[in-house]
Amino acid sequence: METLFKIAWRGLWRNKRRTLITTTSVFLAVFLALFMRSIQIGSYELMIDSAVTEAGHLQVHDSGFWESKSINDSFIYSESLKNKIEGAENVKTVIPKLETFALGSYGEMTKGFMLQGIIPELEDLRKNISDKLVEGRFLNTNDDGIVLAEGLAKFFKIGVNDTIVLIGQGYQGISAVGIFPVVGIIKYPIPKLNNFITYMSLSKVQEVFAPYHPGLVSTIVIDLKSDKNLKTEAKEINSLLGSKYEVIPWTIMLAEVVQQIEGDNVGGLIMLAILYLIVTFGIFGTILMMTMERRKEFAVMVAVGMHRGKLAIVVCIETLMIGLMGVVSGILASLPLLQYLYRNPIPLKGEAAKMMLEFNIEPIMPFSLELFIFSNQGVTILILAFITALYPIIYVNRFKILKAMRS
Amino acid sequence: MGVIKISNLYKIYDESKIPVKAVNGIDLTICQGEFTAIVGPSGSGKTTFLNMVGGLDKPTKGEIKIDNIDIGDLPPRKLIDYRLNNIGFVFQAYNLIPVLTALENVAFIMQLQRKGKKERNKIARELLETVGIGDKLDRRPGDLSGGQQQRVSVARALASKPKFILADEPTANLDSKSTNELLDLMLKMNKELDTTFIFSTHDQRVMDKARRIITIDDGKVTSDVRKNGSK
Ligand SMILES: Nc1ncnc2c1ncn2[C@@H]1O[C@H](COP(=O)(O)OP(=O)(O)O)[C@@H](O)[C@H]1O
Repeated sequence: METLFKIAWRGLWRNKRRTLITTTSVFLAVFLALFMRSIQIGSYELMIDSAVTEAGHLQVHDSGFWESKSINDSFIYSESLKNKIEGAENVKTVIPKLETFALGSYGEMTKGFMLQGIIPELEDLRKNISDKLVEGRFLNTNDDGIVLAEGLAKFFKIGVNDTIVLIGQGYQGISAVGIFPVVGIIKYPIPKLNNFITYMSLSKVQEVFAPYHPGLVSTIVIDLKSDKNLKTEAKEINSLLGSKYEVIPWTIMLAEVVQQIEGDNVGGLIMLAILYLIVTFGIFGTILMMTMERRKEFAVMVAVGMHRGKLAIVVCIETLMIGLMGVVSGILASLPLLQYLYRNPIPLKGEAAKMMLEFNIEPIMPFSLELFIFSNQGVTILILAFITALYPIIYVNRFKILKAMRS
Repeated sequence: MGVIKISNLYKIYDESKIPVKAVNGIDLTICQGEFTAIVGPSGSGKTTFLNMVGGLDKPTKGEIKIDNIDIGDLPPRKLIDYRLNNIGFVFQAYNLIPVLTALENVAFIMQLQRKGKKERNKIARELLETVGIGDKLDRRPGDLSGGQQQRVSVARALASKPKFILADEPTANLDSKSTNELLDLMLKMNKELDTTFIFSTHDQRVMDKARRIITIDDGKVTSDVRKNGSK
């Protein structure tokens, strides 16, 4: 084996320039592929992250809610319901909330928005809402106040300690009216949220919108320990709760995010395929030449008693070495760069930023350092190199000694 | 032992439907320790004959028995092992492995025979000293003269301790000094190790040193002369 390796290794460097050019092409392809995939996977992670932060892994609704979005399709959140959900092995946290539309009015201005009745401590733990405060404070349990997103506050020209009037339709048609002090203002980077979100304590919202039905919620947000099998997990919990309820994974609630990721990913993979096709032909050209140049040598080796299988190992090592050198150097070169960009993501401006904002994502270009990005490139190149090596392997197993010797 | 018995050997190339009878019915016995030259004009069939004896080419008809084994019956993998362990080759164009040093070229054969590293390096060194390359062990073939390369290739041919060595025009690319040195070396090996040598040539000086001269013309043996003093 040692000698076979020696023959292969020295064989590679007989034509230094050619081997260097080929290895460099593999290096560049790996470098480029890693850079590209790191951005793509990084932005998918960001998209998924913000989607999951917003929606949770799973949500439990009344079976009609997803269609109607109406407060009438709400249900009572009881201790026994909570226990049932927590009975599922993979469940990490269970947080109820009551979401509904409401109309706000201050001074001359009136506007509709989303009112989220939340358990402040739990919701803040999940979403770090208080980090987004620009004025005032965040809610306490049983708080009487309201927290507005900054866009809404600007619209109403309202500030902390002012009071806002809320009008809405409560559970089963009762009218819900109240006047609430603004205790805090938060800023979302995403305009859609910044102009649309308000928070109140769950108890207060229940009191105003469902005074005769204590414990009414529209949604239970579930976070899981592992997000591997969202759909089966949803089914399992649904079967625990019964058909009055509907358990929906975020991938369905925010299907457009999943579609965006999948579409973009396919585009990326096609680019990679083209890149790798070019590189494979480069390797193949070199291997083809190396084989043709050495027909006579190969013939002599078999003539003096070397088995063709051993010769096949030599040509296989040569091809894999080209791939391996390219992969290793590509990874080594890109790692520090990607690590830097991982810690210091590039902020985006202009069109790209707008597009990301539309998808409720912070406009930065994040990089991912997931191990699989690296291993995927490495394994792909090595498989392609091995496929390339099939040509010389077949050749050394078939050639006619005398004919090759005369070449 | 090392007796080669060739009977009724034919090789017919069927090129563009006009058959070329490169070897046209040869019967020969070559014994252990012989130092035999195959001579004849260019195109007479010497190379074709040697290739068949060396198991590199299949006869159209007839058989080659070496110690009663018909090498035509051996399956491809067995034939490779057979060549490795029984036949040494010396080629006109030397044909050393260019990426290996002189020492590695000789040791390589013994590695194919699965000899241990220490042993094969020791034997290779000794062989190269015997052929006069002892001071150039670490040179690659490209850094050796033609005569030196051919001596390395004789050492390589001897490395497997073969029954016989086949050499197709081994001196064709050498000057007269190197030719003489190589022949003396081959004769010495023949005497010391009792290795059988069969080589083709049309060089008169080479014929002068041979103990047996077999002349081939048009694929047939036309004369077979043993000199005095040969076995
Ligand atoms: N592969 C081949 N195909 C067809 N004819 C061949 C082939 N090899 C050799 N010959 C023919 O066989 C004859 C003997 O050739 P060869 O054995 O090379 O003779 P020598 O070695 O004595 O010069 C020549 O006429 C040559 O043209």
